[in-house]
Amino acid sequence: MSTEEKYVAGAYLVVFGFVLVYFLIMALKLARLEREVGELTELARKRVDG
Amino acid sequence: MSTSFRNNRVALAALLAAVLVPAAIAVVFFYAPVDEDGLNQKIFYFHVPIALTAYACFGWGAWKGLVHLWKGKPGADLESYVAIHLGVIFGAMTLITGSLWAKFRWGHWWLWSERQLVLFLVLFLFYSAYFMLRYSVEAGPQRANLCAVYSLFGVVLIPISFLAIRLANQYIHPIAFNRHGPQMAGSQFLTFCVCLAAMLALFAALYQFELAGKRLDARLRELRELLA
Repeated sequence: MSTEEKYVAGAYLVVFGFVLVYFLIMALKLARLEREVGELTELARKRVDG
Repeated sequence: MSTSFRNNRVALAALLAAVLVPAAIAVVFFYAPVDEDGLNQKIFYFHVPIALTAYACFGWGAWKGLVHLWKGKPGADLESYVAIHLGVIFGAMTLITGSLWAKFRWGHWWLWSERQLVLFLVLFLFYSAYFMLRYSVEAGPQRANLCAVYSLFGVVLIPISFLAIRLANQYIHPIAFNRHGPQMAGSQFLTFCVCLAAMLALFAALYQFELAGKRLDARLRELRELLA
């Protein structure tokens, strides 16, 4: 790969790297939200049963 | 606005981005001609649309800030925050891709003598500081008002940054567009337009996605308080 090709590839990888890291962070956040929904469902069930 | 309508917006924005972003890459590498400057010119097709999208993010964030102050619309503060957050991300991508291109083309990672570069950096740092302001104040109406005013101040920097190149006597940063129109071949301009549409679609998708996540977070917090 020539130097020029490396710089072009590097620039495009930066863009997609940012987007992929963003999606990773959002995926982790979604997992946390799902866990919270589970906990709240448990709490609500206890309330109803209690 | 119902949750199902909002969910459709997220899906629609994601679909648009999923179609346009690969199309943009295909057009850049298989349709756009290799410029006389060489292969490195291909960076232009993402660097400039990302910069313009960053401006659009900050402008949208400022607009939502204005809506919050003017109409007191619930949720406008959150929308402003998300837009500015994405603006900072797109701004960082602009600076990094621009530096990579500049290093190859002109042998410099950065030039402090270039007004357009410095003004974009100032704009980026201004909006990065937005988060310091936001998280130094307790959540509530005062924070929302302060952040809205701050986002509006920053928007003044956008046209100054855009027009900076006109104020410079000497420049290295190329002018792709001037009062005579785009300074490029038709195929290059079409490629640029596709890439710009792709970046704006990506912003729209990420914006809707992040907003949905934050709204869900807020609703869960409210539910937890009710159940506690």
